[in-house]
Formats: sequence, C-alpha cells, structure tokens
Amino acid sequence: MSDAPAASAAASPASAAVASAAVEVVGVDKIFTGKKKATVTALENIDLTVAPGEFVSLIGPSGCGKSTLLRLIADLDAPTAGTVTVFGKTARQARIDQEYGIAFQQAGLLPWRTVSGNIELPLELHGVAGAARKARSAELLALVGLSDFAESYPDQLSGGMQQRVAIARSLAESPRLLLMDEPFGALDEMTRERMQTELVRITAETGAAVVFVTHSIPEAVYLSNRVVVMSPRPGRIRDILTVSLGSAAERTEQLRENEAFFENVSRVRELLHGEAPVGIRGVETR
Amino acid sequence: MTAAPGSSTRARPPRPKDAPRGNAAVKRVAFGVGGVLLLVALWELYKAVGPAEGVVVGDLTILPRTTDLAMPHVWDMITRLFGETGSGRNAVPVWSAVLEASAFTLGVAAVGWVVGVVVGMLLAVLMQRFRTAESAVLPWIILSQTVPLIAIAPLVRRWGSQLEFGDFTWENWMSVAVIASYLAFFPVSIGALRGLNSPDAIHVELFRSYGVGWWKTLFKLRLPASVPYLLPALRLAAANAVIGTVVAEVSIGLRGGIGRMIIEYAQQASGDPAKTWAPIFGAIAVGLVAAGFIALLGVLLRRYRRGEVPA
Ligand SMILES: Nc1ncnc2c1ncn2[C@@H]1O[C@H](COP(=O)(O)OP(=O)(O)OP(=O)(O)O)[C@@H](O)[C@H]1O
Ligand SMILES: [Mg+2]
Repeated sequence: MSDAPAASAAASPASAAVASAAVEVVGVDKIFTGKKKATVTALENIDLTVAPGEFVSLIGPSGCGKSTLLRLIADLDAPTAGTVTVFGKTARQARIDQEYGIAFQQAGLLPWRTVSGNIELPLELHGVAGAARKARSAELLALVGLSDFAESYPDQLSGGMQQRVAIARSLAESPRLLLMDEPFGALDEMTRERMQTELVRITAETGAAVVFVTHSIPEAVYLSNRVVVMSPRPGRIRDILTVSLGSAAERTEQLRENEAFFENVSRVRELLHGEAPVGIRGVETR
Repeated sequence: MTAAPGSSTRARPPRPKDAPRGNAAVKRVAFGVGGVLLLVALWELYKAVGPAEGVVVGDLTILPRTTDLAMPHVWDMITRLFGETGSGRNAVPVWSAVLEASAFTLGVAAVGWVVGVVVGMLLAVLMQRFRTAESAVLPWIILSQTVPLIAIAPLVRRWGSQLEFGDFTWENWMSVAVIASYLAFFPVSIGALRGLNSPDAIHVELFRSYGVGWWKTLFKLRLPASVPYLLPALRLAAANAVIGTVVAEVSIGLRGGIGRMIIEYAQQASGDPAKTWAPIFGAIAVGLVAAGFIALLGVLLRRYRRGEVPA
C-alpha cells in the first residue's frame, strides 16, 4: 500500500514526463538583498519537478523559503540563479498565458465585489462574455458549497467561506496548475478538515496539478502524492517523501485514522526534525 | 476570526448590511437642527445680556458689540430676506436676488470643482504610475497651495485675457473657475494618490498573476480601492471650490455672484445691517448644496466603501 507504484501514473516521479512537467525547477537560488547590502539566501540549489495532475506539498519550518519558491513558480519574483519552467514555458510566459491559478493565505477578495463578482474577476479581466462568466461562477459556487451566497459581499462571510471563494476564484479558468500558499492557515480545525476533503475532490475532478504550502504535517500527508520537506538557512530541499494513500476516491475521512496515514505522518515528522529516515520505503534520497 | 458556525454552507445569506436605518437618519437630522438652534440661542442670549460696547480689555475687543448694527437679531436677518433689495423700480425680494447670485456662484464653483477633480486625478494617476513623477511633482503640488489667492487672481485674469483662438474669448467667470480649481485640485491629488496606492500587496500580486497590464489594474483595482480616500478629498475640494469662487469673485471683480453681493451689501451695512447677512446665508446654502452633492456621490459609491473583514 505504501509502495510508490501504488500511486497513480500521473503522480509517478518526474523522469517519465520531463517534457510536459507541470513545474520544473532546476538549480534555483534566491538571494534577497536587504538594506546595507545584507543578503538572505532564501533558497539554495532547488530542484523540483511536479508532474501534471500531481499534488505536491511543501513543508518546513518558518522562513525556509516555501512561499518564496511558490512565488518564483508564479513569476511574482525572479530567481537569482537557475530556471523555473511551467508546462514547458518560462514562468513569465506561463503567467501571461494563465497556466496557473493562485490562492494565498489571506483570501484577498475585493471587498466591493460580490462573491460571484470576485469569482468572475479573472474571467472578466480576460474578456470572457457575461453569460459564460455567470455560468462558470454558478458552477464553482456549487463546487465550494456557497451557492446561496452568490450576491453576498466578502465582509458578510466568515473567514472559511472567504477562503472557499478564493479557492473557487483560483479555479475559475480551469488552470492545469494550482499554487496555494497556506490557504487553510487561518481556518479552525473543523473547517480545515472539511476544506481538505473538498480540495482533494476538486483536484480529482479538475485533474489539476497542485503545489501546496503548509505548516501542518497531517494536512500535507492527507492531501499529497509527494511531500517536499525543506530546511531553513539556507532554504533547501531536505527530502521528498512519496505518500501512497491511494486515489482521491479513497481519501475519505476514515483515512485520517488509518494506520498508513499515521505511518506517513511520523515519517514526515522525522524528516522535519532531521532524523535519518532509515529503511523507509517511498523516500527519494537525494 | 469568525467562529465556525457562521461558515456552515446551509446558513442563510445575511441581510444586506446597509439596509436603511431610519432611526439613525432621524437622529442625525435632529442633531443638525439642534445645533443650528443652539447657535441662534447663543447669538440672541449674548445680544441680550452682553454690554452694548462689547467687552474691551485695554485696547483689545475680546467680545463683539451687541448693538443692532454689529449683531442684528436673527429674526431681523430672516425678515430682511423677504424685503425688497432697494426702493428703485427694479427692486426684487432680497431672497430672490440672493438665490440668483447663489446659483451663479454654485455654477462657477461646480466648473472649478470638475476641472480641479480632473486635474487632481490625472496628477495622482501620473504620480502613481511613475515614481519619479511623484518626487518631481509632489513638492510643487504642496508649494502651489502656499501661494496666496490674492496674488494669483490678477495673474490668472491677465493670462486668460491673452488667450484667443477662433471666436473663443476668455471671460472673467473662467478666471474665477480656474482659481476655484486651483484650490480644489490639491486635496484630490493627495487623497487620490493615497487611494491609488492603497491596495494590499496581495491584490496587486493577484492582478499580476492574471497577467493584466497597468491600465486594467488601474480601473479594476486601484480606482475602486481609492474611493474611501477619494470621498473626503472630494468633499474638501468642494468646500475649497466654493470658498475659492467667492473670494476670487471679489478679487477679480466678477459681478453676479455671492462674492460681489457680500461686498455691495456690506457697504450698505450702516443703514441696513440685517441685509449684510443675506448673501452670507446664500454662501452657506451653496456650501450645503455642494456637501449634499458629495454625500449623494458617497451613497452612489457605497459599494466601494465596504471594508474587507480579514480572513
Ligand atoms: N521580499 C523579501 N525581502 C527580503 N527577504 C525576504 C523577502 N521575502 C522573503 N525573505 C526571506 O526569505 C526567507 C524565506 O521566506 P519565505 O517567506 O519564503 O519563508 P516561508 O517558508 O514561507 O515561511 P513561513 O512558513 O513563515 O511562511 C526568510 O528568511 C525571509 O526573511
Ligand atoms: Mg510563507
């Protein structure tokens, strides 16, 4: 069950699908130059490949460069060295071509737009006709279970509902890649678990690849095909763990009490705390 | 953070937040009227009990005289509004003369306001777009407001009179409008610049992730986000435009508006003290109309004044 082959074909390690990889990060460094020429090496020599349809989590202590890596993939920042390729294009071209949808830790909804107005924002900016926008936002609202709130304003929603709207917005253009930076970070445990279940379902339905930043080990294990464990100062990839908990359909609530689930959680924990994960299958040693 | 129960998918949508709250509106009007009545009461009270020659310490008058000349009764002022402007053949009721002058002044001030708002917005957009423009232009914008009105009025008039194209001729009221706009553009440019720069980094990056350019970001993000900063600026601009118009009417010598009327009626003050106050009421009315217009604008734009509850 925990062997790598159990994972779906799309989730198999990169080598099989280099040409069409969703994300390919090669030898990336990111150095921030602050005031008085002080430099921070946020990322050092990062190599990471995400296959189409694969769900990859980034986990690591605060300040290890998870957000920075995500921002490089999104072309919100440029790497100091190395290359970032998204679906075979440069990160910049991929951004312009709308290859990805993004969701941040804060919902970041526009307060003057209704819920459906917010979901339609990317469509509107890219010139999709009104009727098509309406249909798409209705579809997405149903997906995140907020159909009754289409005409509400963000300040009338709870934090969790806002976050769901933000996720719907990131899905609006059916991107093949989703970038999410701790999207559930501000939610309470109950909402969080429900959102995780919904996210697994949504990505299974849309077939999108996901790069997901999180602080929560169970969350990473529950959601991911692979968990990337990072270490700080300088930000590096310490290890990549392949989680094999079955397809999306099998990832039900019961999974959280499953033996294999706990096994994977403790592996990630050991990796995070720097103990050598001896004899554990499914770990790519780098 | 909002508690979990609110996040239930089955919950009914909440009622729109800004359903009219009649009670609060009534209270506000009551307080407004009460304030005016209080002022009237204070005026009449001081007039009744204060010494006729005022309170003088040494050579300094600390409190004004209470003679009918210096402080006419409020009811005299109001009665005077309904009297005739003079005894001649073309005398009209004072209120209608004041109304006409107020409308004239309001019109000129409105033109000045519109020009000032357009110029202020353009400057703010320019400064938002180019950092260098901000450091080059902003000091001049601030310096511009330190030039006294009295100094620029004759200049504007002279420059205007030299303008000539086709059958267009510069008229005095245009000079007044220019001066009004000179006072009006300042708060707009400052307020709009703050507003245009107000969107959170997360929103700016979201628009960047959508791969849209600066113009679309301006219209879909920066302008809507600037409304809460813009409304107070527009209100200030309206007040400035009215004051600028009245003062410029005097210094340019434009007939027909409240400014000249104040001077004319003041010259008759010794014989007719209550009449002096009529154009002052007119000026207040112009200010109220301008403020009302901005309030209406605020209602129309209320969608853009919602604060986002942090997630
Ligand atoms: N714009 C910036 N300028 C300078 N330094 C930065 C900038 N952004 C990030 N850093 C630095 O880069 C490092 C990595 O930051 P990053 O935000 O990627 O961490 P993170 O792993 O996302 O942390 P967290 O889990 O707390 O969100 C930190 O040391 C941070 O100080
Ligand atoms: Mg982060």
